Amino acid sequence: MAKKIVIIGNGISGITAARHIRKFSDNEILVVSAETDYFFSRTALMYIYMGHMKFEHTKPYEDWFWEKNRIQLKNTFIQKVNTEQKILFTDSNEKITYDQLILATGSTTHKRGWQGENLQGVQGLVSKQDLDLLEENTKNCKQAIIVGGGLIGVELAEMLHTRKIPVKMLIREEAFWRNVLPQTEAQLISNHIEQQGIELLYNTELEKIIGDENNRVQKIITKKDEEIDCDFLGITTGVKPNISFLSDSEIETDKGILVNKYLETNCKDVFAIGDCAQQRESIGNRKPIEAVWYTGRMMGETIAQTICGNKTAYNPGNWFNSAKFFDIEYQTYGWVFPEALTGHEDFYWVNKKDEKCLHFQFEIENRKFTGINTFGIRLRHEVVDFWLTENKTIDFVIDNLAKANFDKEFSKKYEQKIRLEFKLTKTQEKI
Amino acid sequence: MSRVQRNMAITSQPPQQLSNAQKAFVFIGILGLAVLCLAAFNVNFPHKTLWLSISLGAISIGTVGFSWAMYAQKKAGIKNDGVWFKSISSRGLIGWVTGILLTLFYVILYFYPYYLGLRENTANVGLIALFDPLSKALSGNSASQWFVYGTLYTLAILIFGIKFIWKYRHSRYEIIRTGSVMFFQTAFAFIIPEIMARLNGDLPYYDLKNIWPLNYYNFEQYRVDAFINSGNIGVALLLFGIASIFIITPILTYKYGKRWYCSWVCGCGGLAETAGDPFRQLSDKSQFAWKVERWIVHSVVVFVTLMTVAVIHSYLGSDFSKYWLTKDIFLIGVSVLLTAVFAWAMLFRREELQKDAQYGAVGYMVIILALVGLHYFSGKQLFIFQAEQLRSTYAFLIGAIFSGVIGVGFYPIFGSRVWCRFGCPMAAILGFQQRLFSKFRITTNGGQCISCGNCSTYCEMGIDVRAYAQKGENIVRSSCVGCGICAEVCPRGVLKLENDRPQGRINSKDVLLGNDVDLMNHVNKDA
Repeated sequence: MAKKIVIIGNGISGITAARHIRKFSDNEILVVSAETDYFFSRTALMYIYMGHMKFEHTKPYEDWFWEKNRIQLKNTFIQKVNTEQKILFTDSNEKITYDQLILATGSTTHKRGWQGENLQGVQGLVSKQDLDLLEENTKNCKQAIIVGGGLIGVELAEMLHTRKIPVKMLIREEAFWRNVLPQTEAQLISNHIEQQGIELLYNTELEKIIGDENNRVQKIITKKDEEIDCDFLGITTGVKPNISFLSDSEIETDKGILVNKYLETNCKDVFAIGDCAQQRESIGNRKPIEAVWYTGRMMGETIAQTICGNKTAYNPGNWFNSAKFFDIEYQTYGWVFPEALTGHEDFYWVNKKDEKCLHFQFEIENRKFTGINTFGIRLRHEVVDFWLTENKTIDFVIDNLAKANFDKEFSKKYEQKIRLEFKLTKTQEKI
Repeated sequence: MSRVQRNMAITSQPPQQLSNAQKAFVFIGILGLAVLCLAAFNVNFPHKTLWLSISLGAISIGTVGFSWAMYAQKKAGIKNDGVWFKSISSRGLIGWVTGILLTLFYVILYFYPYYLGLRENTANVGLIALFDPLSKALSGNSASQWFVYGTLYTLAILIFGIKFIWKYRHSRYEIIRTGSVMFFQTAFAFIIPEIMARLNGDLPYYDLKNIWPLNYYNFEQYRVDAFINSGNIGVALLLFGIASIFIITPILTYKYGKRWYCSWVCGCGGLAETAGDPFRQLSDKSQFAWKVERWIVHSVVVFVTLMTVAVIHSYLGSDFSKYWLTKDIFLIGVSVLLTAVFAWAMLFRREELQKDAQYGAVGYMVIILALVGLHYFSGKQLFIFQAEQLRSTYAFLIGAIFSGVIGVGFYPIFGSRVWCRFGCPMAAILGFQQRLFSKFRITTNGGQCISCGNCSTYCEMGIDVRAYAQKGENIVRSSCVGCGICAEVCPRGVLKLENDRPQGRINSKDVLLGNDVDLMNHVNKDA
């Protein structure tokens, strides 16, 4: 019997769920969003601002796709959820009923309660609305400050840089993204960003934000009591689940919507996926809330199975991720911790001139390979994933590194040099 | 006022004001163009060699200097900032004006060369006269409108090739590939034919890299006669022309995909990849455009095949005792060859063809029926058309209007590969082979795709690359010319052009990594 499935949120999680439910069933599907009429790729917002793409290019499906696949779309804001009677209330007091509800509401900027954080010219970068606001906020901008040295922070810096806006970044640690990257890579990326003309202020945290008579940001004061003038302040200190509309519902939340491994909330027929979901029990080394593109996609695929009668647990495989810092591409597979865990060792190889480096971590005793960071060198996901699953040794990985190379044809090859350096420093072998 | 400024310069510009150096180089380049324009308006320059050198020199210095000022100061990497803000590259006013001027130039070039100064029996005047000394130095003949065009075309590939290399200097694939198109254009299309003409005046102009059906005229009677009458070298060239189609092309396409031709050798591709690069993002990515593309380009293949067969048929004899290749033997041969190819595709490549099989069947039926028609109407006529009429219609519609006027004139409106995508029969035939019998593919890197859309936006052939990448599917599309730009603009290292074993090249199932295997089995179950 066909059910009515309502999905709140038309990001990658919600849309993947909708597509897969359609693929496997004849259920009625309604996707509700207050952000945009159609699904777009949030990761591409930066390219719109930089003039690489127009908004229409960020839509992965043409507009006719939804009707053809009988996926109804509705642009409205859900204000209240009644899980008892299975009714949603919109901000215009319209009622929407459902048989099963999937919450895929994503994230919002995590402001930390700073004084002045709601002044004009202070914003994060998560939604389409944020992008429109950014366009408005950076008109005639003379000095921008970005708080937080993470992935969105460096993207925002690159965006502003293309408009020739001077940018200073406040970095809490001693190098860029040092809470995630080992010192070597954090330093390499810091240098690269500085070479582009971005000013990085290390060991610096935001204390408060001061506005002018028009209620617009004028300067900030750091925890070290330094004053820095600015007319734009980007907040990129992380995101938090977008769940404020659930505050008076029966759905149990912590930082995010609490779910079990089947992505079920405490309420019957209500599920949560993507950035807004918080796992009651962590899976491996993964964080309980994962605000990552592909985990949203995978949760969408998983929940579609459950909805269509094949109850499936969310079971992500080996960790991986990627990013780009100005001109340096970054990929990671498995776990590379900022400081190697006890019983683990590092092997770091760098070519400073070409701005390329690899960072391996492995277990000392059995030499099991546990993770790799790559900068400026592309690796084949399939191959590295297989090595991790098969518990290959670091020696095997180094010897077979060329098989994992995914760089463009005719690219310079570094495997020989890497292997030589590894043998010299990490083995007893005589060369 | 917005910081996004819409500038009014001739070549592609950054979103901000032009630097002083860039302005200076624009000025120099315009001076060079002005000399050509004055010549076109019949200003009679003395010392033609000097003025032509000044003009072409200034255009080159202007373009190369402008690129230097634009890219040399920046770190190597993707340089697409402001592409959609600039008037020239986003169908703004400058884009439209440029498109209209280019189109007008092509109309005059193809249909009214008189206005460029071409004279039949007296000495050339105007623009064409300006090129006379250079032409005489190379081939010994006075210039024609085609010599002027060929010179400017080659110059454009060279100077915009340098710009392209500067822009993509972080990528050795792009550097080597661009070096290749620059070389083939200069040597094969420009210098060698002119020298051949000087050494052996009876040889027809032959750009060796121009293969049938792109040079649809290669087997017309006057050319075949000229080849045969020029002795061994002529016969060798004729045989080379035939071998290019049936031996060289299939082998290279099997090993490397059609890119060996379309983005490494071909002159049309060469111009699209260099001078056309600022317009690549303007191609239409919609599914509708893809449908239109397949109908038009395959119709052109049918048209050119019929036209060529009819033309050759019209000058062959009927008497077997005089020469073995008679009208009937030729028709039977063509039918057998087409049937063999069609049968092979239907028997062994049905799965890859999917819906395209219907199109193939339609095209095949049309050709075979026409061949039968040709036989019964004894070669004078094909149904109601004369062979000569077919030929001249093709030359006008496809050879001139499509490849020239629309193909290049509309660069700033529809993107740089309109001709290659919708019109080129050579690209269609290579594409057919690329799809069904080649080692080339664009491999997708597991689950790393973030669906950003850079790959699709910058695909000059209008392929929705993202649609494949986000599903973890390899891209094996007949239209892909292998320019490699999708792999360049991808911010996550998801795409790689490569030649590998043909097995498993097309993976139409979701193969995303990250999920556990059980889930992927469910996802791939047919619903």
